[in-house]
Amino acid sequence: MPDDLSPRGPETVALTLTVNGASHALRVPAWTTLLDLLREGLGLTGSKKGCDHGQCGACTVILDGKRVNSCLVLAARSDGSEVRTVEGLASPDGALHPLQEAFIKHDAFQCGYCTPGQLCSGVALLQEGHTRTEDEIREWMSGNLCRCGAYPNILAAILEVARKEGRA
Amino acid sequence: MRPFHYERPRALEEAIAGKTEASRFLGGGTNLIDLMKYDVERPASLLDLNRLEGLREVERDREGTLRIGALVSNADAAAHPLVREHHPLLADAILAGATPQLRNMATMGGNLLQRTRCYYFYDRLTPCNKREPGTGCPAKEGVNRIHAILGTSEHCIATHPSDMCVALAALEAVVVVRGPSGERRIRTEDFHRLPGDAPERDTTLDAREVVTAIEIPARLYGRHHTYLKLRDRLSYAFALVSVAVTMEMQEGRVSRLRVALGGVAHKPWRVPEAEALLEGRGPEEARFGAVADRLLQGARGYGHNDFKIGLARLAIARALHQAAAATPQSHVAKRIA
Repeated sequence: MPDDLSPRGPETVALTLTVNGASHALRVPAWTTLLDLLREGLGLTGSKKGCDHGQCGACTVILDGKRVNSCLVLAARSDGSEVRTVEGLASPDGALHPLQEAFIKHDAFQCGYCTPGQLCSGVALLQEGHTRTEDEIREWMSGNLCRCGAYPNILAAILEVARKEGRA
Repeated sequence: MRPFHYERPRALEEAIAGKTEASRFLGGGTNLIDLMKYDVERPASLLDLNRLEGLREVERDREGTLRIGALVSNADAAAHPLVREHHPLLADAILAGATPQLRNMATMGGNLLQRTRCYYFYDRLTPCNKREPGTGCPAKEGVNRIHAILGTSEHCIATHPSDMCVALAALEAVVVVRGPSGERRIRTEDFHRLPGDAPERDTTLDAREVVTAIEIPARLYGRHHTYLKLRDRLSYAFALVSVAVTMEMQEGRVSRLRVALGGVAHKPWRVPEAEALLEGRGPEEARFGAVADRLLQGARGYGHNDFKIGLARLAIARALHQAAAATPQSHVAKRIA
């Protein structure tokens, strides 16, 4: 039987979702966003609810290989999908992702609230290959705001990994 | 969000048959879900189109017409080799808008149907003729920095926010739609409408029609094109003024010119008489001002947006210069050539 995460209501949707390699069979109210499902339903509170309107990028996750704002994705729509969140960036043995290491090295955060979204967005960005110049990285990271203003350090961290991987 | 029914039609016909005035088609959802969170959209049900077959193709036929399926994401369209080779203007305009995350979700069909970002439209505590017909338009005497200067009515001065649609207007694209009585093709300029006395209607689409594709006719503008977008910050902001230009050249003369403006009206703004001022002649810089003046004929500001008239005039001349010089505006390096 699927885990039932909803109060009994008329409009619930059954779905399966693979999150960071673990598959889940769930039933949720139709109006549940992927972000709320991750945070409230699955206890994965790394993805943050900043603006809840697709403007800040703190909720960024990688859905079927593409970075998206999970606050604007209905959970129902992601039925059958694979999601990677900040909790799934490190290796199973605990070794951090190279971008996580670079964020620590370059002090690419202050309060840390935007960091999970920055990391997911940056990991996807490296895959996309839009890291050839500093201008290009700035433009393609424009969907992730940092109100502490750690942008120069975030840029340095991404640039370092891109160079190591031969993508800059 | 208010509760709603969620359905996943298995075929396009089923989606069309199931559509009512109170339901909405769900594509990428980047605008619709947001509007539902603001309680501006209150659909009784969502018909999720994302599993439908046949709406994700990008193809080019023998005549050179490019056909892009309605469910192709903005990101995929902008990256597609056929789009990049034959209509770089469209790729540039798409990449000038939103963010990578939003472009990964947003669809081509949904971008056509996105709604204005007028502050009053989004704020349920204020009147708005677009949201609730007959309640009034506070933008006219209110905060109207982002509002229209052309084609306004006493009922609404909202702008259409899309970058993509401005390029489509300059490319004379056709919107393919399907409804209960079959398929029809709508020229982009007839797809979006001016507010008039029915500002609640953004487009000429019927409630039960669904966009299935966008078709762009073959055009040989080469590198003589540009999408120049001016905004309050360098990335991730809607246009205050934008200009899309395609300039086809033959033996040093402009054989076909198309200019569309964004951020200034309820729809992408084109004036064929303005384009004709340059056609059949060399791309003479001295005439760019006249083209701009004709495009902006009748423009009026509402206070905060008065600056848009002068800004648009300069932007049009600069965009014509970029197109003539075959130096399209880069959307990575932001320096304006």
